[in-house]
Amino acid sequence: MYRYDEVDYRIVRERVEQFRDQTRRFLAGELSEDEFRPLRLMNGLYIQRHAPMFRIAIPYGHLASRQLRRLAHIARTYDKGYGHFTTRQNMQFNWPALERVPDILSELADVEMHSIQTSGNCVRNTTTDAFAGVAADELIDPRPYCEIIRQWSTLHPEFAFLPRKFKIAVSGSVDDRAATLVHDVGLHVVRAADGEIGFKVIVGGGLGRTPIVGEVIREFLPTRHILTYLDAILRVYNRYGRRDNKFKARIKILVKALTPQGFAAKVEDEWLHLKDGAATLRDEDVAHYASFFGAPAYETLSPNPEAFTAKLAEDRAFARWVEQNTRTHRQPGYRSVVLSLKKTGVPPGDITAEQMEAVADWSERFGFGEVRVAHEQNVILPDIKESDLYEVWQLARSQGFATPNIGLLTDIICCPGGDFCSLANARSIPVAEAIQRKFDDLDYLHDLGEIDCNFSGCMNACGHHHIGNIGILGVDKNGEEWYQITLGGSQGNHTAIGKVIGPSFAQADVPLAFEKIMNLYVEQRQDGERFIETVRRIGLEPFKERVYAKHH
Amino acid sequence: MRSIIKDGQVVTDSWAVLRPDENGKLPEVAPERDVIVPFSAWKAEPSAWQNRAGQVAVWLAPDDEPGELAGHLTSFPLLAVDFPAFTDGRGYSIGRLLRERYHYRGELRALGDVWQDLVHYLWQVGFNSFEIKEGKALEDALKGFGTFSERYHSTWREPEPLFRRRNTNHKSVA
Repeated sequence: MYRYDEVDYRIVRERVEQFRDQTRRFLAGELSEDEFRPLRLMNGLYIQRHAPMFRIAIPYGHLASRQLRRLAHIARTYDKGYGHFTTRQNMQFNWPALERVPDILSELADVEMHSIQTSGNCVRNTTTDAFAGVAADELIDPRPYCEIIRQWSTLHPEFAFLPRKFKIAVSGSVDDRAATLVHDVGLHVVRAADGEIGFKVIVGGGLGRTPIVGEVIREFLPTRHILTYLDAILRVYNRYGRRDNKFKARIKILVKALTPQGFAAKVEDEWLHLKDGAATLRDEDVAHYASFFGAPAYETLSPNPEAFTAKLAEDRAFARWVEQNTRTHRQPGYRSVVLSLKKTGVPPGDITAEQMEAVADWSERFGFGEVRVAHEQNVILPDIKESDLYEVWQLARSQGFATPNIGLLTDIICCPGGDFCSLANARSIPVAEAIQRKFDDLDYLHDLGEIDCNFSGCMNACGHHHIGNIGILGVDKNGEEWYQITLGGSQGNHTAIGKVIGPSFAQADVPLAFEKIMNLYVEQRQDGERFIETVRRIGLEPFKERVYAKHH
Repeated sequence: MRSIIKDGQVVTDSWAVLRPDENGKLPEVAPERDVIVPFSAWKAEPSAWQNRAGQVAVWLAPDDEPGELAGHLTSFPLLAVDFPAFTDGRGYSIGRLLRERYHYRGELRALGDVWQDLVHYLWQVGFNSFEIKEGKALEDALKGFGTFSERYHSTWREPEPLFRRRNTNHKSVA
């Protein structure tokens, strides 16, 4: 993992002191509400329904065990004993007091953490594949580049006041698990014919009110140029992005207005003057950052040891969990374990202080003290020996982390919704729970197979409902909560935006609509077809007919 | 005469910033007075402004194109950029463009919604004088320069980004 040096510490501590002073001046009436709002947002602090909502950056989803313990401590001391993992791999607290936020920041700085640019109209936390560094299909480890981008984006003087928020994702593997096509900028690794590694540059993707798949503006950018090229993109956006209407202020609207070709031409023109400048990465610069992400001290192991295969054979529940909640590893004899934060009855992504400490313990006892946060709001232990899996499974069960539903219908990506968020039109948590209850039969759930179900409580789309195979959007109809269902969305290399199937549903009718959709899928699927494949093959019409039929 | 911040000091300043009224008309000023005029007004009749007894400078609005000034930069002792609202960040890009792409070397002033929490960023991208917003103390704004002692990026003030300086230090230790 990246470790701060003296300078990184100093910058974060100076930021804490700056925010402490800004908070003091606001409370003393020296800063108006209009002046303080953008400043506090840039430090992850929203004023929400119950209290401020405070968002802490987890750069590209990487956490050390000591950092997770500190988050547990913060949850206990400053909040109500739990936190919430977001779809940007960050952590949110819903109940801190404004006056105490500078103290939380100080506690975070001790363990190389901060909340810089977790909100506001600036460059947000850069995200990547939660399996970076351990995935078998990786061309390059994206993490050194994520750290380089993190540092570049941190307090960048030119881009502190953009037209709107700006999100960057990096994928280092062939199979894009970082959703690069639905980010303001996506960098997806490519290998040129001569073997050189670079990035495909995708711009203008995004969800929100205007869901749109990004456009490739450069097929191949040598890795050394990423910072100067990002400067050029951001400058064009900063200067020409719309500022008169916040709903049209994202870069996707500018890319659409200029056309992708027109936008690319402006970027290239700007880049001519930045290219090969001082921000160009030399081999030794990349090597410096890569040195933090070397492989840990793996043991030389044979895959499928007896202790592991014997348990697989004798314990069906364990075998199911291994199949669903672990991932193959590039190192023989190891696997990555996904701890499910999608247990029925618990808001998706929520984790208690006790659970955080348990995960920190396991990561040290069985792994190398490292934990990942997935954008699907689950927690990953990246390096677990197969021979330890049975014990890890039992421990995970004891803490409520072992629901074998990763990638299945009940592994719902979900925003906090109207229970917490003042932007939401509708509650999401109780409806997600009702769906989980409807599909609580594990055999049936496994038979339905891989289904991405994404849920947003409003059109800001924090729950990424557009790219769910089945998506739910909370809408407000004359002050009542209603729910729209979309089908056909997907993430990854075949990213697509889902389509609304018809009129929205009252809260109580959502699980029934889901049941009808799943019944039709089971009837219609052909030899092992996944849900999304059936939807693509037969289209939306049969689903509409089934769901809205008068008789049933 | 009013006070501004220039190169980290509070100084008195005699430039008059001319802003159009609601009818688009600029205020009358004595011909010997040094004036900062809107770029659009200067573009309309550059020689008329240049022939005044007093000095003339130009201020750019966020949507002005600094490239249009490229051939004239040596004729201005001062250029200014207006920040109608501090959340409008376009002027930061204008600053960097004037300094880095068009190599403007004279005084670069930030006008408008400019105060303590912004001067550090503005200084980094090339501004060296600041007309602080009315109602905000200049002494407070001065504190803003010391907020951060380091930064990661390649900026006009320090073109070598931290990762290069870090790596050089790294090597000298090794």
